[in-house]
Amino acid sequence: MISAPTIEYLEIAPLLLVFGAAIIGVLVEAFAPRHLRSAFHIPLTLLAIAGAFVLTVLLAVDKTRTVAVMGALAIDGTTLFLWGTILVLAFISVLLMNDEGQFVAQAAAVPGSAEEQEAVLEGQAQTEVYPLALFAIGGMLIFPASNDLLMLFVALEVMSLPLYLLCGLARRRRLLSQEAAVKYFLLGAFSSGFLLYGIAMLYGYAGSLDLAKISAALGTVSGMDPLLVLGTALLGVGMLFKIGAAPFQAWKPDVYQGAPTPVTALMASGTLVAAFGALLRVFWVALGNLDWDWSPILWGVAILTMVIGVILAITQTDIKRMLAYSSIAHAGFLLTAFVATGGPEQNRVALSSILFYLAAYGVTTVGAFAVVTMVRDTGGEAGHLSRWAGLGKRSPILAGVFAFFLLAFAGIPLTSGFLGKYAVFQAAVAGGATPLVIVGVVTSAIAAFFYARVIVLMFFSEPAADGPVIAAPTVGTALVVALAATVTVVLGVLPQPMLDLAGAAARSLFVY
Amino acid sequence: MSPAEITQYSGGGVIGVSWLMIALPLAGAAILLLGGRRTDRWGHLLGVAMSLASFVVAVLTFVALLGRDPAQRRLDIALFDFIPAGSLDVKMGLLIDPLSISFALLITGVGTLIHIYSIGYMSHDSDRRRFFSYLNLFVAAMLLLVLADNYVGLYIGWEGVGLASYLLIGFWQFKPSAAVAAKKAFIINRVGDVGLAIGIFTLFATFGTVGFKPIFENVGGASAGVMTAVGLLLLLGAVGKSAQLPLQAWLLDAMEGPTPVSALIHAATMVTAGVYLITRSSPIFEAAPTAQLVVTIVGAATLLFGAIIGCAKDDIKKGLAGSTMSQIGYMFLAAGLGGAVGYVAAIAHLLTHGFFKAGLFLGAGSVMHAMNDEVDMRRYGGLRKIMPITFGTFMLGYLAIIGIPPFAGWFTKDSIIEAAVQKHWILGAAAILGAALTAFYMSRMVFMTFFGEKRWEPDTHPHESPANMTGPMILLAIGSVFGGAFLVLGDRFMTFLAPVIGAPGPEYHGFQPLAPPGIITFVLVLAGIGIAWTMYGKRPVPVVAPRGSFATVAARRDLFGDALNEALFMRPGQWLTRVSVWFDNRGVDGLVNGLAATIGGTSGRLRRVQTGFARSYAMFVFVGAVLVTGALLLVGTL
Repeated sequence: MISAPTIEYLEIAPLLLVFGAAIIGVLVEAFAPRHLRSAFHIPLTLLAIAGAFVLTVLLAVDKTRTVAVMGALAIDGTTLFLWGTILVLAFISVLLMNDEGQFVAQAAAVPGSAEEQEAVLEGQAQTEVYPLALFAIGGMLIFPASNDLLMLFVALEVMSLPLYLLCGLARRRRLLSQEAAVKYFLLGAFSSGFLLYGIAMLYGYAGSLDLAKISAALGTVSGMDPLLVLGTALLGVGMLFKIGAAPFQAWKPDVYQGAPTPVTALMASGTLVAAFGALLRVFWVALGNLDWDWSPILWGVAILTMVIGVILAITQTDIKRMLAYSSIAHAGFLLTAFVATGGPEQNRVALSSILFYLAAYGVTTVGAFAVVTMVRDTGGEAGHLSRWAGLGKRSPILAGVFAFFLLAFAGIPLTSGFLGKYAVFQAAVAGGATPLVIVGVVTSAIAAFFYARVIVLMFFSEPAADGPVIAAPTVGTALVVALAATVTVVLGVLPQPMLDLAGAAARSLFVY
Repeated sequence: MSPAEITQYSGGGVIGVSWLMIALPLAGAAILLLGGRRTDRWGHLLGVAMSLASFVVAVLTFVALLGRDPAQRRLDIALFDFIPAGSLDVKMGLLIDPLSISFALLITGVGTLIHIYSIGYMSHDSDRRRFFSYLNLFVAAMLLLVLADNYVGLYIGWEGVGLASYLLIGFWQFKPSAAVAAKKAFIINRVGDVGLAIGIFTLFATFGTVGFKPIFENVGGASAGVMTAVGLLLLLGAVGKSAQLPLQAWLLDAMEGPTPVSALIHAATMVTAGVYLITRSSPIFEAAPTAQLVVTIVGAATLLFGAIIGCAKDDIKKGLAGSTMSQIGYMFLAAGLGGAVGYVAAIAHLLTHGFFKAGLFLGAGSVMHAMNDEVDMRRYGGLRKIMPITFGTFMLGYLAIIGIPPFAGWFTKDSIIEAAVQKHWILGAAAILGAALTAFYMSRMVFMTFFGEKRWEPDTHPHESPANMTGPMILLAIGSVFGGAFLVLGDRFMTFLAPVIGAPGPEYHGFQPLAPPGIITFVLVLAGIGIAWTMYGKRPVPVVAPRGSFATVAARRDLFGDALNEALFMRPGQWLTRVSVWFDNRGVDGLVNGLAATIGGTSGRLRRVQTGFARSYAMFVFVGAVLVTGALLLVGTL
């Protein structure tokens, strides 16, 4: 007999709101006249995200700590913190999407064809981006909350599929964008295969998909170690792919460059947060007792990720590719705290440092990409770094803000980046990962070079005569830049409330 | 009598708000600097008002202090916890006692007069507001220097006045000479300030605190060696700020700044900070006789050095600058002699000097104002009739500085000479000789400027200065006449300062002008005037300076002070720089560049792996997965 699942509607209200809005969005696409769709979508999307954020805050205030939907979702402090972070990042990324220069007029039209011309002239817009984004955001919310492996896989796909589509919807340089989408899809599907295979192995080992039961099985099941090890490794591969850790990072620069910049912002912030949250939950909750085995591997991965990220960033000439490599390096910095497991207190410190880092880095990232959307050439965004020369002379405020974001990436004091980096490195040292921190500091020094190079380029080079123009920002974009800059300063100068919040959230990861 | 104890003051009244003395001019500076051009119209008035208000607070505090029992006149006012960092816990507070309030009155009083004078003097300058903001900044920093109750606060004020001095010397920075002079003053002061900073570090290392009260109470517990080291380090700081040998060279160049700056900062107040530091640190110096001896030697040497330079200068301001060095040398000498008599003589001379030297500078400024900013005394002459007020006030200052009874300088300088003679005949002889030289160069200045025939540039039309310039000059002249008698007669100042530095021992018999040293001095002073009269009064003064003997040339070139600096500091510094640069280029840069090239090259090579083909990316994922799985299997079986 199959009993109907119990569903705790209240506890998963944020998810329901986001998915509900996404479905309404699809209906809008189906039934609303073309010219009215944007007018529906934008408020709907923003309100849904904001509402979900409010619900998340209410849950947090209520100190909700439970396992919902028959043990499929863990609603604990960490989940709520990550939800809040993802929703904020999603909100500001969606604000960036409200810019008709970003998305293709008619995605189905072949690039360069007459149909495309026509669609552009008619002023069409591919408004499906909003419901697609909402689905992706919903997936991001479930991913780090998944308490069993099946849910994890479903969340991954719910998150990824809309993103594959979104990547191909750039208005300019459409071939590059479509290429990025296809690559992302192929590689993503490939890595999902690893993940699924890993899940199957672990099920074979533990006889359950529930993270807590897998954890419990680690001590009791014997004689099946190859299954366990293979499962752990393959699961790890699938998830490390999503955060862009080396050697699974190759997709990141191509995809980040090709995707419409608001989508890149969403991926670089929201996806990273969600994937890191999920990685944490699987490895710390289900496989926590196995850390003697996976920790050395992840040491290697962390080192490789940091080194590859910064070294390849040095020779990049495209701003988005550079930021993509920077994102890879930051994933490496985060991994230093990830492997620094230990006693409960150490785990709490490491987890809270990761949570703080994710929030701080995510906001700065969206801000940086928001600036990228504003620097435009005739053919769209001025991606090539040489076009950024002398920007500080043409529009000092924008260049100043961008320089500030870069300094935050580099981890200069008085920015949130410094405190984030300090927190994860401190946690890593306390957890016995000092060699990793040494690599981290050295690679940070190398990273400072390519960030500073852009600043030098902007402020100390003569502007090109036909240099890019600064697009008058939409209200949304201006808001995003201002908000990101403010958060970056505030978290750098007055980090304590946020650190306390992260610390409190980290107190309750292990909900069984 | 030993010094009174410093007590914590928690009452209200004007003493409770004495921090306003610092806050008001600081606010003035902030408003004027941040307000920018908007405040141009009334900026100078605000500057004067803030300085005047500060003076009023100082006077009220002084009156309140007088109303207390002498043993209760050393009050510590806690303000806030400044640096709470582990074992270094600096609590900021003010020390209001007879010594600090004397300085506060001098700074705010003379400062206000010079603010007023500057309204007229700078009236043609488009940047007058900026000038007043710097002046206010200076007043605030100088007050912090003398009022702070700990060495860190003193140091902040010390650096603050250094900054203000730098900004004001270079106020006309479009003149390369002014910019260079400002830099020179700043850099030479660095040398001294490092000494002061290390001295404060040593104090903290020894006593675990930087507060005056806890340090002075525990001086007995420290070894004599440490105290000597601290004393010498503090002296190094004092020597830099007060332009004493061997860090004297900046003061003459500092005259590039506007004349009110020279009067306020480089004559009356900032350059005397060294004397304050030594007097304030008297418990330390009393415990370090060697350091005290060095102080007297520095003072005696500088008082002769400055006087000799003053004898040969044709630039009226540089002449006065040499004189300032020399007079501060007297103060150092007295402060180094130590004991109640020495310190009182030093501070009393400092106060009267503040009046008459500021008056002389303002007089010189008034003359320059009238003579199209001409500073060469050889182009002056015969100004007595045309500028009667300037002449009169200058003469009173002149009589005061050369020590003619009963003008102010006579009382205070004679006290120093007496004390020096009692200490050692060499010190006494230097002090007396210095007095004679002072009489000579100051008489020379007066004769060249106000007497004799006109040697003006053709298109000069001198005139008396406006009232807002002559007013302060008159007030300062009054101080130059009566200040000395007021302070010295009846040991009034000594009694007032007794809570800070104690009362003199039984061997002290009061002010004795008719003792042999005083008489010898007086005779030599008259001789100095006489020689000056024969050389510059009776004979016509040539417009172009004669070649002069070796001694004159040497004095004109500041007794080769710059050459000395170049040999001692600049050349070794440059040599060190060159070695460092060489090492940096070959060693550090070579390493760094090599490393950078390696990383860049690696990056270039690795970049080729990023082919853009999805198939090769998938290959990486696959290989990565194999590696991770293999490694995990390996680790798992180990």
